Amino acid sequence: MGNFLQVLIDGLLNGLLYALVAAGLSLIWGVMDVINFAHGEFLMVAMYLSYWLGFLLDIDPFISWIAGGIFLFLLGAVTYRLIIKNSLGKAAMAPLLATFGLSMLLKNFCMNVFTPNFRLLSGNWLEGRTIAFGGAIVPLPQLVTALFAFAVLGVLYWMLKKTRLGWAIQATAMDKEAAELMGIDTERIYLLVFGMGGACVGIAGSLMTSYLAVYPEVGGLFSLIAFVVVALGGFGSIPGALLAALLIGLVESFSGFYIAAVVKYVAVFAVYLGVILLRPRGLFGW
Amino acid sequence: MPPMLEVKNISCSYDEARVITDLSLEIRAGEIVAILGANGAGKSTTMRAIAGLLHPEKGSVLFEGEDITNLPASQVIRRGLCYIPEGRRLFSRLTVRENLELGAYTESSREAIDQRLEEVFAMFPILKARSAQRAETMSGGEQQMCAIARGLMSEPRLLMLDEVSLGLMPSLVEKVFETVVEIRRKGVTILIVEQMVQEALEIADRGYVLQTGKLVTSGTARELLDSDEIRKAYMGM
Ligand SMILES: Nc1ncnc2c1ncn2[C@@H]1O[C@H](COP(=O)(O)OP(=O)(O)OP(=O)(O)O)[C@@H](O)[C@H]1O
Ligand SMILES: [Mg+2]
Repeated sequence: MGNFLQVLIDGLLNGLLYALVAAGLSLIWGVMDVINFAHGEFLMVAMYLSYWLGFLLDIDPFISWIAGGIFLFLLGAVTYRLIIKNSLGKAAMAPLLATFGLSMLLKNFCMNVFTPNFRLLSGNWLEGRTIAFGGAIVPLPQLVTALFAFAVLGVLYWMLKKTRLGWAIQATAMDKEAAELMGIDTERIYLLVFGMGGACVGIAGSLMTSYLAVYPEVGGLFSLIAFVVVALGGFGSIPGALLAALLIGLVESFSGFYIAAVVKYVAVFAVYLGVILLRPRGLFGW
Repeated sequence: MPPMLEVKNISCSYDEARVITDLSLEIRAGEIVAILGANGAGKSTTMRAIAGLLHPEKGSVLFEGEDITNLPASQVIRRGLCYIPEGRRLFSRLTVRENLELGAYTESSREAIDQRLEEVFAMFPILKARSAQRAETMSGGEQQMCAIARGLMSEPRLLMLDEVSLGLMPSLVEKVFETVVEIRRKGVTILIVEQMVQEALEIADRGYVLQTGKLVTSGTARELLDSDEIRKAYMGM
């Protein structure tokens, strides 16, 4: 029973993190029909940022997430301006290949500058701290990261549903031309959406640095999971991404514990294939 | 006084294919002007060019004396010129209320927006009752009311209506035309495209007739209504 609870908690905590990693991808996809292939590398950049801020300046990841969010917002916005904007409206593959190129650039840049070594930040505020909960042990860095992720998703969702800016973003996604007729500068909305997508994954990356090691390839697995989450959750849906991410987190932890650690991603992708075969628009898609 | 809107010798194409050739028209403040023509004549394209959704390759568009030929649509609306496009184009998964709020996107004062909401709710009480409903779940007629109301939320000085009566039952068509007259009475100048040629000319002051992107006739509504040619070509009489 204690094991079950532990596995459940681990799955939920990971799931919340995956949800935040996936939210930015989902938002960009939902509004602009663009797949940001550099999403995982954005995560890696934020992790390196928080790692070095912690290592050199002693700034804890639970502070430096602000820097991660801002820096990745800017990186997202710059990516839109310099790469995406020019590839929109061309061949459908153009933004995909362009962001794929960016991901290679970022990865190899970090490989060269920071070496392929794993780097784990030590001396964090919450390092090694846990709380006991009904026989399970909950590591605090994971718990706080998950709660942060949930809060950021909540703010994002509220912004999209309840503010004029959020309606303008949704309107741009539904009918770009009609949105322009309302006076909405859709160029600005695209820039903002790319920035916000970057900020979400940036905050996630920074927070993760409190318990996960950073290395140039770290984005690969996370972006794969994010793609699965977005496809399962329905493009552009934040609640969909949240539920799908929790599902993926649970499948991963339960299969990893009750079957074997090596099969956990096999199980994740099996669930993905199963759902996509039965419901091509995802579990919660339109 | 110079006209409110002057379209001077514009030509427009969609990738190579010329659809508007050397078209000129004028609208004076306070008028209702109709653009008539068969399907594919270029009526919507003309309105899209005025609204800034596409830019003519030749000619110019002046609104209240200002050259708006190459302004993007999101700027044109800020000048007080609103286009209600063909086919309603509501934001389907947003509520009626949210659609209307976006109609006033260029207005930042909360009081002003609330006041406009009250005005359009007074004009279309059904929208008040449906304000929390998603736009896509309303009937076609209600959606058309919503599209008109959304346009009015920007408080335009010139309103362009593109086939707003399309697909409505006769009593609703009548209601739409009454609404147009009421909007004009409030001081809004109107440019209207309609399949209901007879009805449109009955409320209009003047009309322009297009054929394959060219102006073929123009005149007062009375002249056009009395013209045998027009009656034959567009009213089936
Ligand atoms: N996006 C487009 N791409 C290519 N051609 C277009 C496009 N939109 C319109 N056209 C063409 O331009 C011409 C004029 O179209 P337009 O929509 O302006 O006509 P209309 O007078 O509004 O017709 P209707 O009464 O059917 O609405 C048509 O021949 C049409 O096929
Ligand atoms: Mg048309």
